[in-house]
Amino acid sequence: MPPDTLLELKDVGRTFDVSRPWLDRVLEGEGRRSLRAVDGVSFTIKRGETLALVGESGCGKSTVARLIVGLYPPSEGKIEFEGADLSDPASSPMRRRMQMIFQDPYASLNPRWRVRDIVAEPIVAHGLAPDRATLEARVGELLSQVGLAPQDGEKYPHEFSGGQRQRISIARALSSNPEFLVCDEPTSALDVSVQAQILNLMKDLQQRLGLTYLFISHNLAVVAHIATRVGVMYLGRLVEIADARDLFTQPRHPYTRMLIDAIPDLEMSGKARTPVAGEVPNPISPPPGCTFNPRCPHANERCRSERPMRIDLPGSRSAACHAVEEGRLSASGG
Amino acid sequence: MTAPLLEVRNLRVEFPTRRGTLVAVDDLSFEIAPGEVLGVVGESGAGKSLTGMAIIGLLEPPGRIASGQILLEGERIDNLPPDAMRRIRGKRIGAIFQDPLTSLNPLFTIGEQLIETLQVHLELDHKQARSRAIELLAEVGIPAPAARIDNYPHHFSGGMRQRVVIALALCAHPRLIVADEPTTALDVSIQAQIIDLLKKVARENGAAVMLITHDMGVIAETADRVAVMYAGRLAEIGPVKDVIHAPRHPYTSGLMSSIPKLGEQRESLAQIDGAMPRLTAIPPGCAFNPRCPKRFDRCMTERPSPMPAGANHAACWLYAS
Repeated sequence: MPPDTLLELKDVGRTFDVSRPWLDRVLEGEGRRSLRAVDGVSFTIKRGETLALVGESGCGKSTVARLIVGLYPPSEGKIEFEGADLSDPASSPMRRRMQMIFQDPYASLNPRWRVRDIVAEPIVAHGLAPDRATLEARVGELLSQVGLAPQDGEKYPHEFSGGQRQRISIARALSSNPEFLVCDEPTSALDVSVQAQILNLMKDLQQRLGLTYLFISHNLAVVAHIATRVGVMYLGRLVEIADARDLFTQPRHPYTRMLIDAIPDLEMSGKARTPVAGEVPNPISPPPGCTFNPRCPHANERCRSERPMRIDLPGSRSAACHAVEEGRLSASGG
Repeated sequence: MTAPLLEVRNLRVEFPTRRGTLVAVDDLSFEIAPGEVLGVVGESGAGKSLTGMAIIGLLEPPGRIASGQILLEGERIDNLPPDAMRRIRGKRIGAIFQDPLTSLNPLFTIGEQLIETLQVHLELDHKQARSRAIELLAEVGIPAPAARIDNYPHHFSGGMRQRVVIALALCAHPRLIVADEPTTALDVSIQAQIIDLLKKVARENGAAVMLITHDMGVIAETADRVAVMYAGRLAEIGPVKDVIHAPRHPYTSGLMSSIPKLGEQRESLAQIDGAMPRLTAIPPGCAFNPRCPKRFDRCMTERPSPMPAGANHAACWLYAS
């Protein structure tokens, strides 16, 4: 493994049991049903970069985030942080070095705790402050770092707006001195002007503290702004991964092209948007072959029967598409 | 210019509370012509949804219209008794809400819901209503409508449900459609389909559409004109191109440059510091003055009304003549 790799996912999968209750199954003679939320996902994140995962609802991007921070164990595959397997109990000290920021700043802060206690909890839990005075000084410093006043620590979460609450979440995430932050839709509950404040803060903190981000979002414009690399997920699989600039200027996978074409055009250049056909199929019974084949304008017999593997393309990018592999799709146009 | 289909004059919506009266919509005036899509944008709490609710007569008490007038095709509808308003709603005004799951009754098939609505507003027997319902489902792009009409809402995906909600809103050919965040709960690929559908409906039926959303991208693709709201007041209104590319009000400019855009690399986004004031603490003068980079003395004391600014109207003293 190259030394600058911080995190690596190797063929990670996660299956959820979505069977109906036992009695219903017996009465109606149904079997168990399972849902493959994440299916054979592999990628690496380099130190100091921001990898964004994008995709529509139900594509498994949030599940990947939760697998990485250990909220769910993976059903298969391995997640390595600096080469140490995270499923190994001996790696638990590594957990301090990664933290998560959630989407909803209204639900992710305990309403009965003062802000200073919320921010201090990870410091206390990891035993990072020798005495009370150090702890207080550290909390004050964290709050100033995210653009709040140290005195705000005395207040309760309900006294803050959505954007300020997200700042508190960030201060809490930073309190254990992590190197790696997993951010699950951190700005999608916020208004655009506040979203800009939080994105600027996150970029600024990344530069000052040398942080590495995994950034989950469905908003491609936000991702284009913040990410260095972008992975596109569809029905639990990673279909394309590339440097942000390459992905947005020259998408290769037909699904990535579709997503980019579907973004409403703020410039009103009058470019015709390719109408998007169909919807995401039911993930419990995904179509055989390439799961995107029912919506894909380039699908043929092979796409309907054989699952495409991700193949490396020039420029440190890869895509899982038979049409790209066979050269049926030109590099730029579609 | 044709007579406006909807006219809102000096609308004021108040919420009496124990700690005093909150003014959620304050002196708001605009109009929409037949066949026109007016986008209403603003951040949470700007009063855009409440304006929509006031127009369709569904303000939740204790919220009430304290003053001002709402005119539909020249006729006042803000002071109608609930019964008369109920006949207008559905027939002359159709409403589409954000969440397609809660807008449909889960216990009835979509056919039953469409047929009931059709029979309430139009004189159709059951058979005619059913065939009209199938036509409507086909119009909003539901595949195999004759088979799907007997399905329940849970059989449909989010995007398909929103199509059913649009079919319900359209069934009596309303003159005005109030759509409150119709695409917010949907994925981008489905969003585009729903936007195209709304546009088509407005053009074909000559209906006026009031499209309430916080998503400037949706507005850019759909609206003819845009109204920008801030703290319950109209900040700026004008043709969509001018509001997006040549915003005049400092709030609109701030809002536009804080949106990340594809194909544009910037180290940091322009940001408007601070947050929109709470309704309990709206500053005197212009409500935007504490955050405004261009404020001067007059802004702190005197409240601006919308005045001509380029092709737009902006409530900003910079444009006082």
